[in-house]
Amino acid sequence: MTADIEIRNVSKHFGAMTVLDDLSLSIKAREFIVFLGPSGCGKSTLLRMIAGLETVDSGEIAINNERIDHLPPGRRGIAMVFQSYALYPHMSVRDNMAFGLDNIGMSREVTDARINEAARILEMAHLLERKPGQLSGGQRQRVAIGRAIVKEPKAFLFDEPLSNLDAALRTRTRIELAQLHQRLQSTMIFVTHDQVEAMTLADRIVVMNNRRIEQIGPPMEIYERPATKFVAGFVGAPAMNFVEATLDRSSRNATVRFADGVSVQTEIASNQMTDGKYTFGIRSEDVRIVPAGQGNADGMVDVLERLGERTLIYTRLGNGQQIVGSDVGNSRVAVGHKVGLAFDGQKSHLFSETGRAWHAKEV
Amino acid sequence: MGDRPVMPRTAPSATSVRAASVDIYAPQWRNFIFVAPFLFFFTTLLLVPLLWGMWLSFHKADTFSSGNFVGLGNYIRLFHDKEFLQSVWNTFYFVLLTVPTLALIGLFLALCLNRRTRTAAVLRTLFFSSSVLSVTIVTLIWRIVFIPNVGLLSTIYGWFGSTAPAFISDPSLAMIGIAIATVWWCIGLPMMLFLSALQQIPQDIYEAAALDNANRWQTLRSITLPSIKRTFILVVIVQIVLQFQLFGQAWLMTRGGPNNLTKPIVLYIYDTAFRRWDLGMGAAASEILFILILIAAMAQYLVTRNKADRT
Repeated sequence: MTADIEIRNVSKHFGAMTVLDDLSLSIKAREFIVFLGPSGCGKSTLLRMIAGLETVDSGEIAINNERIDHLPPGRRGIAMVFQSYALYPHMSVRDNMAFGLDNIGMSREVTDARINEAARILEMAHLLERKPGQLSGGQRQRVAIGRAIVKEPKAFLFDEPLSNLDAALRTRTRIELAQLHQRLQSTMIFVTHDQVEAMTLADRIVVMNNRRIEQIGPPMEIYERPATKFVAGFVGAPAMNFVEATLDRSSRNATVRFADGVSVQTEIASNQMTDGKYTFGIRSEDVRIVPAGQGNADGMVDVLERLGERTLIYTRLGNGQQIVGSDVGNSRVAVGHKVGLAFDGQKSHLFSETGRAWHAKEV
Repeated sequence: MGDRPVMPRTAPSATSVRAASVDIYAPQWRNFIFVAPFLFFFTTLLLVPLLWGMWLSFHKADTFSSGNFVGLGNYIRLFHDKEFLQSVWNTFYFVLLTVPTLALIGLFLALCLNRRTRTAAVLRTLFFSSSVLSVTIVTLIWRIVFIPNVGLLSTIYGWFGSTAPAFISDPSLAMIGIAIATVWWCIGLPMMLFLSALQQIPQDIYEAAALDNANRWQTLRSITLPSIKRTFILVVIVQIVLQFQLFGQAWLMTRGGPNNLTKPIVLYIYDTAFRRWDLGMGAAASEILFILILIAAMAQYLVTRNKADRT
């Protein structure tokens, strides 16, 4: 079973505080959607509103064109995996999974068949008679997912389900979730503040900030063509370099000048842009390290971060502005060296004072 | 203390040599000083009287002498004393009346008042407030309620033109009257214990249950009650221990009457030891009470524990 989900003009207030402000979003059937944003941006609240655990103050939510925001959680045909797993501690794994089906009067045979199938998919048949207290964090996670699967819901909701797992298990479970999505072909909504989870799992990412949606798009579009300065800064590690700059629109493509006179020729068409203050943005992998004097600017090396396949080089320009560049894994640059920084004009971004982004034409 | 952390062994240097000489897990006898005050009072006020009571129960003793060793004589006399057997039955009857009522009403109140409204907070305080009263005040209040002709109960029954049941003087109702006063007095503690247990249940389990289509009854039966099972056992054991020691209410409301029908074991002990000055027999009755409470509490514990293992 799968479903498309339509969220129209939804708002949510807690007392005087607005948590979500007139938010609309269409989720297609079988889509894996990730709500990504910093703590307190309202992403979990939105998920809980879809689940029915929070009321909708205004606007409406529909699943398969049927309005569901007035229905109790159990009647919406969705399943949710909680951050804390929320397993029933006094019930065995089997009973945890059967509870939802028993409550709607499902026959024993169907219930058992579904539990056994879910246990087979999640490789946890040997855990069925145990209590949650006897399981590890990863196993509890599986049970929580199993409890969702047996309900054969129209959509799965995940509320930061990986954040309580250790790093290795998190990576493994992430891959398993992706496989599970391919296998079940269900609509899935996943809430996280971890951009790696968002990038690896999502068909489309919904980047949220400060009560609003900043951008909706496939992971690479979010990464390469961020719609706002917030998205550009939030997605990607290390964060995108930002430099205050003035714009020169005399040629077809925009040229920007930093305060200390450094100038960068971008491939962003300037004819649509207006004069004024802009922020120049570029990711560290688009700043090449070259011998001093051969790049757009020279910087002193502050810190090196060796990641194995590449080395992040934290440099400081003459005016103290920090720029992070990227070099090969066995880079011979050392702290204190003066290096040249070559900015890739095709991968440059400009952000107006209102936060709007301008990118080079796609090649 | 099986898994003490192992100190890393480093090359000997001035600091590591000094650090190695201090074993923070070695017993330090001066720590005994910290528990000594407690041990002193525990021994003198609990252990010694307990053992002394046992010793007394095997002797013919009054206040002036601790007489001769009589073996099980006091116990044999006890079990031939109809008044004692009556008092044992009375106590069991009282425990049977009060403990389940206290546990169930306490649970019911806690379930009703486990919300964050001002009304709930006021009602919680109100229901708990009776617990702070002394037994004298409690029995006085309930005597006023039960008093024939002019009492609150009589007045209310009077409005409907009927006669109120005589809770203090009717032999079949007197113990029930005492039980009502006791439940009113003691309901605060079970309610508070249940409330704190209910507030320990994580909210997300309820949210999961809501998504699992559980209605209110299914949620109560499958989520709430199993989650507070331990507290239920605790409340029952605590109340058994407390209610077996009934004394004040019976003494002040009925003096054990009518016809010894509300005389509990403690009142019997008091009568025997301090009014008839038969300390040996009073001590023997105390030991019986001690054993009864022990058995009742243990039985309750064992029954519920076995049940819990099977599920």
